[in-house]
Amino acid sequence: MPERPDDAVVLVTGGSRGIGAACARTLAADGWNVALTYRSGCDAATEVAREIEEAGGRAVALQLDVTGENAASQVLAAAGDALGGRVLGLVNNAGIRDDDLAVSLDDERWSRVIDTNLTSAFRLTREALRVMLRARHGRIVNIASVVGPRANPGQANYAAAKAGLIGMTRTVAAEVARRSVTVNAVAPGFVATDMTADLPAETLAAVPARRPGTPDEVAACVGFLASDAASYVTGSTLYVDGGLAA
Amino acid sequence: MSTSDTITTEHVQKVVYDALESFGAEPSQFAPGTTFESLDIDSLDLAELSQVVADEFGVVLKGEDMKRIKTIGDAVSTIMDRA
Repeated sequence: MPERPDDAVVLVTGGSRGIGAACARTLAADGWNVALTYRSGCDAATEVAREIEEAGGRAVALQLDVTGENAASQVLAAAGDALGGRVLGLVNNAGIRDDDLAVSLDDERWSRVIDTNLTSAFRLTREALRVMLRARHGRIVNIASVVGPRANPGQANYAAAKAGLIGMTRTVAAEVARRSVTVNAVAPGFVATDMTADLPAETLAAVPARRPGTPDEVAACVGFLASDAASYVTGSTLYVDGGLAA
Repeated sequence: MSTSDTITTEHVQKVVYDALESFGAEPSQFAPGTTFESLDIDSLDLAELSQVVADEFGVVLKGEDMKRIKTIGDAVSTIMDRA
């Protein structure tokens, strides 16, 4: 089983809170050097990085607007420089919601969600692959959603982006598998975070587990897919949804 | 600005050969007329070769270039022309 190089850095986008912060902590505990990005939550991201360092890990918080021009190459270079290594892990977690029924969803709101949740993940993936392919080692985990494969009225833009992430995951995985680079998706269901705080309580009634998931439960799956133990897992989507998609 | 006065054909050839060997191609078959197809070099290998060339010589080989380049000699001469 190929082992992760010692200088490997993992970049976690949207790492200041929720699932992203949990992923950053889990990956650091697994031995990754962690660069976590934030858009506006500088204090929260810095605090996550500080916690990781206090626990004996290595982490840095970097500001990133994932939709910015050249943002992908710049943040990957900054992550490698800050931690003295190569970005051989990427968790595309940054995402937004802007819900409305399709009939009321204008082009700007459609594009903003697609750009942030899907296009930015593609750009980061493309740039990260340049290093991973030559290193003959890489782990990409895309945070998708049970929404996409499953209908959720009011989220046409979000569902399209997340379904797109799963499609991208499968195809890119097939393109790069022979270079020991794996590409997988994790599809959370109803997870208790700031992003889901406004969802109606009856949403839980559809979840067979009858409870929301936790960010740590999602992060555990990301940690596995990023690990050496998952070296033969690629192109897959791991649902972490309490049975919602079952 | 052209940098061809500082880049030699031998240097370009060595970089290309090293890259091809790292992709698993058999060095004893390397010659200017050798086709990538005969070396079992595929599209991912060529994409990676274009990255190596960009890093080493600052020459950007686009998808259209890579479709036109069939042999090792094609690659070396294209890089020399662009450098």
